Amino acid sequence: MRPFTYAKPSQTSDASKSLKQSNSAIIAGGTNLLDLMKLDVNQPAHLIDINKIAELSQIKNNKGGLLVGALVKNSDLAHNKQVLENFPMLSQAILSGASAQVRNMASTAGNLLQRTRCYYFRNSTMPCNKRDPGSGCPAIDGYNRIHAILGTSDSCIATNPSDMAVALMALDAVIHIEGSGAKRSVPITKFYVLPGAHPEKETVLKDGEIITAVEIPQLAAAKHSRYLKIRDRKSFAFALVSVACALDVKNGVIKEARLALGGVGTIPWRCTEAEKILVGKPAKKETFKLAAEAAVKSAVTHKHNKFKVELCKRTIVKALSALENLA
Amino acid sequence: MRLNFSRRRFSQLLIASTVLSSLEELSPRIMKKALAETKDKQSGAVSSPHAYDLSINVNGKQHKLKIDSRVTLLDFLRENLNLTGTKKGCDLGQCGACTVHVNGRRIKSCLTLAVMHDGDQVTSIEGIASGDDLHPMQEAFIKHDGFQCGFCTPGQIMSAVALLKEPCGASDDDVRECMSGNLCRCGAYPNILAAIQEVRKGGKH
Ligand SMILES: Cc1cc2nc3c(=O)[nH]c(=O)nc-3n(C[C@H](O)[C@H](O)[C@H](O)COP(=O)(O)OP(=O)(O)OC[C@H]3O[C@@H](n4cnc5c(N)ncnc54)[C@H](O)[C@@H]3O)c2cc1C
Ligand code: SF4
Ligand code: FES
Ligand code: FES
Repeated sequence: MRPFTYAKPSQTSDASKSLKQSNSAIIAGGTNLLDLMKLDVNQPAHLIDINKIAELSQIKNNKGGLLVGALVKNSDLAHNKQVLENFPMLSQAILSGASAQVRNMASTAGNLLQRTRCYYFRNSTMPCNKRDPGSGCPAIDGYNRIHAILGTSDSCIATNPSDMAVALMALDAVIHIEGSGAKRSVPITKFYVLPGAHPEKETVLKDGEIITAVEIPQLAAAKHSRYLKIRDRKSFAFALVSVACALDVKNGVIKEARLALGGVGTIPWRCTEAEKILVGKPAKKETFKLAAEAAVKSAVTHKHNKFKVELCKRTIVKALSALENLA
Repeated sequence: MRLNFSRRRFSQLLIASTVLSSLEELSPRIMKKALAETKDKQSGAVSSPHAYDLSINVNGKQHKLKIDSRVTLLDFLRENLNLTGTKKGCDLGQCGACTVHVNGRRIKSCLTLAVMHDGDQVTSIEGIASGDDLHPMQEAFIKHDGFQCGFCTPGQIMSAVALLKEPCGASDDDVRECMSGNLCRCGAYPNILAAIQEVRKGGKH
């Protein structure tokens, strides 16, 4: 690691001010940032440790939903009683990610902002448009088995690796942001930015802005939601494909549907078209198959990730069929 | 992480990773320098470019010193305190050999900075026995032969001890899942599992 200064402010406003220094970065759990600093992918000159900002560590009830502080640990959120009862897919998504030790360290905001696991991005000796804008993308003609099939561009085909973000997409979470004394909130569905010609820009977060909390609105359908993750080994591996889903079913007919995908998109992927297909139809396998087709309709594959299209469809059907409230 | 490589791809990546690892060999040297500078600082000599106050409790003992911002909690334990029971496997959060407890919870000490733990209580493998009386989990690992080379063992035991207080289900599969952050290259998994389940069922903790 390269030398860096270290500060530990106790107010969000002070952290935001410090963040104005050029080449500075926030550190929360450190499980992604330090990893990338050791690999020389990130080289911040100033680290701002936000762990002393008490107000960022709370989970509050909020109009039937939750307001989750940016510093709430992944393990605490996953085992929170409200989350287990009302948003089971969120708990399942978090617990399917990383390992118990990492989840004890990882924060809510850090999880949302974790960088891709594209092996070229993580190898600082390789070109990569995301790490070094304009240097090229070796994944497109290289080894791309873990790469995205949705939302890709000619510049980048890397997947967003977060499991938690997939569930939060399906739940229509809202990201609370603070910077330069001003506060704003952005729906998570508008928070992530497609790579386009600028894969280095991943979210709408601006310089000096800090995520303070994530709001999870009340959603009746989420009580019977589910997260299903398919990976190369049974545990402690990133998703090849994952599905977050929730259905509100009355008399066998779908009233409301939520569907989001992980492991296949350049951003956590919400399937609005597929959701439209589900609503108003019987909660049966035939309907789920139609939705699955719609979800991957715009897929663009590369040499080694063609398998993801079929795997994605089957995972969607399996996840929806396994919901308990289909009758 | 394991990947399905074609043979040609594998050899390409092998070459790339050889280049990478020779680059990585630089980092321990840089680290040693940083540590040396930190040690100097303790004795009031040459300063490290960015050294910070750290007051930390490790295995019941309080330490106060100045430390370079780059030193991980793992390197601090091993190099500054000579507590070499905690192992460095991958240094990237992927193997679990560096598992310790901070304020009662298990974490990976390679992915956190020592300076971030000002005021914290750390327990390492050296801190779980009471004098000559081993922790029940240590005894169970010996009884069930829960290791071969022993390199992963301190991390396995620290994870297993933490697991006793976590919301982990009762089945063998539940334990496998809760222990998935600790890899064992020798494949001692069945015996590790048996040791953990015996301690959990016996309530000896
Ligand atoms: C071995 C391993 C396996 C893993 N497997 C999985 C997996 O299967 N699924 C999965 O989803 N994840 C996985 N992860 C990733 C893990 O979930 C992330 O590393 C973690 O969630 C990041 O959180 P953190 O608090 O440690 O972030 P940090 O490393 O502290 O920060 C990450 C980024 O977010 C920024 N940041 C942090 N907090 C804020 C804030 N409040 N405002 C603005 N910016 C902020 C930082 O500047 C940095 O850029 C794995 C990680 C490891 C090491
Ligand atoms: S896919 Fe994206 S992250 Fe990976 S090498 Fe290409 S530009 Fe970089
Ligand atoms: S050395 Fe920390 S997880 Fe491998
Ligand atoms: S005993 Fe050798 S790595 Fe586990």
